[in-house]
Amino acid sequence: MLELRNLSVHFDVSKRGKGKTIVRAVNGINLNIGRGEAVALVGESGSGKSTVGKAALRLVDTTDGHILLDGVDITHLERGRQMPLRRKAQMVFQDPHSALNPRMNILRSVAEPLILHTALRGQALTRRVIELLEIVGLQAQFLYRYQHELSGGQKQRVCIARAIALNPDLLVLDEPTSALDVSVQAQILEFLKTLQSDLGLTFLFISHNLAVVRYLCSRVAVMYLGRIVEEGATETVFTTPKHPYTQALLSAVPWPEATQPKGHAPLVGDIPSPVNPPSGCSFHTRCPFARERCRAEAPTWRALAPDHLVACHFAEDLAAS
Amino acid sequence: MAELTKEAHELTVSLDWRERHVSTIRMLRLYARTFARNGSAMLGLGLVLLFLTTAAIGPYFVPFPDDATGSVHIERKLQPPDAVHWFGTDEVGNDVFTRVIVGARVTLQIACIITGVAMLIGIPLGMIAGYMGGWVQEVIMRITDVFLSVPGLMLAIAIVGALGPGIVNAMVALSLVWWPGYVRLVQAKTLSLKNEIYVDAARSMGAGSLRIVFVHLLPNCTSPIIVKASMDMGMAILGAASLGFLGLGAQPPFPEWGAMISVARTYLPDWWWYSFFPGTAIVITVLGFNLLGDGLRDILDPKHRE
Repeated sequence: MLELRNLSVHFDVSKRGKGKTIVRAVNGINLNIGRGEAVALVGESGSGKSTVGKAALRLVDTTDGHILLDGVDITHLERGRQMPLRRKAQMVFQDPHSALNPRMNILRSVAEPLILHTALRGQALTRRVIELLEIVGLQAQFLYRYQHELSGGQKQRVCIARAIALNPDLLVLDEPTSALDVSVQAQILEFLKTLQSDLGLTFLFISHNLAVVRYLCSRVAVMYLGRIVEEGATETVFTTPKHPYTQALLSAVPWPEATQPKGHAPLVGDIPSPVNPPSGCSFHTRCPFARERCRAEAPTWRALAPDHLVACHFAEDLAAS
Repeated sequence: MAELTKEAHELTVSLDWRERHVSTIRMLRLYARTFARNGSAMLGLGLVLLFLTTAAIGPYFVPFPDDATGSVHIERKLQPPDAVHWFGTDEVGNDVFTRVIVGARVTLQIACIITGVAMLIGIPLGMIAGYMGGWVQEVIMRITDVFLSVPGLMLAIAIVGALGPGIVNAMVALSLVWWPGYVRLVQAKTLSLKNEIYVDAARSMGAGSLRIVFVHLLPNCTSPIIVKASMDMGMAILGAASLGFLGLGAQPPFPEWGAMISVARTYLPDWWWYSFFPGTAIVITVLGFNLLGDGLRDILDPKHRE
């Protein structure tokens, strides 16, 4: 469905007369998402996971690498040719409040993709919007309300209705629940899960909430500083994490079960600046197991098991200890 | 379920105008209530309404319609205000009341044209500069800066001086110096709005740049534009009157307030009524638009709301 090949996104944030400053938000990642799959992209703030989502929809320009949607290279598709892509892939944003135009009512907001891509107008358009609202569990009474008159959960439902308006195959969900209350989060997640199985959607689920990821996604990719450091089936990665970063992330999650992996020191310090990434393995500055080799040599992306990939020199040793 | 859906469809399709716009109506009511509680804003609204009414129907009810276009009645020149000539008469015996009332319409035309042209030039330029960024923005904003660095009235005087005095040239000159303010305002607003997530969302749905600018950004810029336009109406009236006073705008006997004062000032202080009433008309109108603008900002611009 969606294939990212060696994808890099760099932002030039140079100020005049101050030399070149480049933010390496995404640095050569590979990710393959099969049709109907729900793949999670996790990592802390600043790891570049949102940028991957935006790049996949061509909202930001890629610096290097290729994006393939259904086997078609869309990396350099010019604007006029992007319409089919827009029909196939849609995005749900983190903050539903700012994702809806405050000057548009719900009818108008949800109708926007239909106006752009279909010939539906007038009453037929209204009917379709009502259908979409029903799918996401909102009554027709919301049609003429404005964004500020809805609750967070309702707004996110509206955003989801808008995203599925064109029957897309792929939904990029950029932290769709992190701006919501915990109780509403649960509702939206449950709804997303049903939606995925009902409509056969493919999800690229971007999140820093590992509990949510475990609930919703079958595969997970862990990102650190613009690179994927570990990827595999959710259960495998969560039960036997190989990369020290994944281990640290998991040890920071308060699982309600007694099987919580213990014994790892929490990470200290902040994520290094993507302007000036560390040499060798980009995680070595915070890795409790870092050795000389980590500082000098970037680890290769290798498979430990058929569906478990990791980028760490000492993954086997760490797993053993 | 199908039954329910059908009912919902019929319900929505059958909603009348009032039910469909209930949110808008509620918002307008809130605006009206906030506005009504603001005394100076209501005073401003009252003055502006008085001015608009005068401009609309005044000329049909004036006692001496011929006096507006400059007839001569030397036998009743410079008479003080009395029951027949409420505001007195001028040096050729024209009724000052008639000329002030007719002048309201001229003034309104001038103000609307200047503000309108300024908006037509300024808003698109501001939106282009803010949305495109890069060198396009640099070029537009530097040109705007050049215009802003010269005092507006001075530049207008220079332009009228080059074009020759006259009411049309005065309006052209004032329009040409008025747009930079709108570019600044709209560019700043667009710059902050274009990073909003709903703009990204629109782009992800496939909306083009033009659609994003006019459908998604412009409606969100209207509040500050309305506020500025209301303030500018007053300032444009003042500007046009100043040019008229300097003899560069409307020419006597054209009933324009500034031009009237320009002639009348030589008759001060003995024949005070000749300049007093046009002057008062200018003060009241400008004050009205400024108070209205302040009141509108209070309800439309929540960031400045106290």
